[in-house]
Amino acid sequence: MKILFFASLREQLNTEEEQWEELNGALTAGDILSQLQTRGEPWSSSLNADRLLVSVNQEISNLKTKITIDDELAFFPPVTGG
Amino acid sequence: MPVNIGTIRIQEADFSIDEEYQRLRVAHPAQNGAICTFSGLVREFGDNEGVTGLFLEHYSGMTEHSLQLIIDQAAARWKLNDVTVIHRVGQLNLSDQIVFVGVSSAHRADAFAACEFIMDYLKTDAPFWKKECHDQGDEWVEAKESDRNRTKKWS
Repeated sequence: MKILFFASLREQLNTEEEQWEELNGALTAGDILSQLQTRGEPWSSSLNADRLLVSVNQEISNLKTKITIDDELAFFPPVTGG
Repeated sequence: MPVNIGTIRIQEADFSIDEEYQRLRVAHPAQNGAICTFSGLVREFGDNEGVTGLFLEHYSGMTEHSLQLIIDQAAARWKLNDVTVIHRVGQLNLSDQIVFVGVSSAHRADAFAACEFIMDYLKTDAPFWKKECHDQGDEWVEAKESDRNRTKKWS
């Protein structure tokens, strides 16, 4: 699974992208988020934001969205283009 | 099945409104009665005063996909001949062009409404992020409730 981070989140985590070879029991996007949050700082506080958005395979999703090892997940703050 | 319309370009380079307008104008010469265009520019005040430029980041792939969905929604709602959406990314300076939306239609009401609809949804749904550059450093722009309210009024 590929996990991407964008904008302020990418900077806070100092991570643009990571590749997971197994899901470690995760069934949903929320399970992945929980696993990332257990890494300690800055992961726990940066990923605890009120308005964190998640996409699965480049579509806006939510934390209940089911995931598989072949999916592309992304976490990012609310968008501000235009 | 309706055919998807629309041209989407994400690019660092600037664009020419005249060229984009002419492209829309000649694409459906007998059907166009109206073309509405919008362009968004870098200004010196936003979340901060004294903004000297912007850095724009996007989620390549998802951006194009989400813009196509927005265009598809507009084309289902109004009678449109063609749509062009261009959004620049990377480093931009004051008064630079950021975004272009052009809509051609038989009638002005459809062109006006679709152009505004596409721009409102682009602001809240397309994965772009702006960072303001100013004297005190760089800061990511906060998403605005006013933008979300503008999008909500279309539903």
